[in-house]
Amino acid sequence: MVYLTRIEHFNAAHKLYNPAWSREKNEEVFGKCANENWHGHNYELYVTVKGQPDPGTGFIFDVKKLSDIIQEHVIEKVDHRNLNIDVDFLKGKMCSTENLVIGIWNELKPHLPVGVLLHCLKLYETPKIYVEYFGE
Amino acid sequence: MSKKVAVIRKEHFNAAHRLFNPIWDDAKNEEVFGKCALPNYHGHNYELEVKVTGKPDKKTGYVMDLKVLSDLVKQEIHSRFDHKNLNLDTKEFRKLNPTAENIAVVIYKLLRPHIDKKNDLMIRLYETPRNYVEYPG
Repeated sequence: MVYLTRIEHFNAAHKLYNPAWSREKNEEVFGKCANENWHGHNYELYVTVKGQPDPGTGFIFDVKKLSDIIQEHVIEKVDHRNLNIDVDFLKGKMCSTENLVIGIWNELKPHLPVGVLLHCLKLYETPKIYVEYFGE
Repeated sequence: MSKKVAVIRKEHFNAAHRLFNPIWDDAKNEEVFGKCALPNYHGHNYELEVKVTGKPDKKTGYVMDLKVLSDLVKQEIHSRFDHKNLNLDTKEFRKLNPTAENIAVVIYKLLRPHIDKKNDLMIRLYETPRNYVEYPG
């Protein structure tokens, strides 16, 4: 089994704010991330697929096609957007990096061809903070 | 030692913004600024490099104590911009488009009065890992 990773990036605004709680409670739990007028990040998304290299091409999957799929089904929806307001697959959810990576997995997986298995998504919110999701 | 040396402190802050000129209509803003003009804001991890150049002090060997420079950036820059919406939450960008260029110039002006006149100051601001601006004053 070989693992192939494509890195993409997007820039977005968000805030961490649970509408069921008071402002004080939100500030207590989320600190500056609860700022009502949003803040933002440069997100880096690592998409890893796994498979056996095709004997004809030597590829698990054409990485340009993988990039196009990520662009069309993920980046177009989130890049230069407000995650809380503009993104359909996050409606009603807390816009944490954890929930974002699960949402991206669900958007991406149905669009990968048969035989190309999504192995892992790694999502950096900042250079020091990232989450990993294996679809488990 | 009488040679000039540059010392650099790296800091970072996260903020939301949009690029928008209020004297233009939405179509013109979108034409000029593209996705950066979208109304609900987007955001960045800004990486800031503050470079101070001068002759090391004879007693300390320092051009400038980098802990002092770090505290200065926290006091003057983080307190204003970190986890804020630059367009809505800061007086500096209420009427100034928060491009990386303008942010670098504003940061320079905020820090310059606190740095010894005999030293030079230069601001390098990364808006993304691939886009950055420099302002040497």
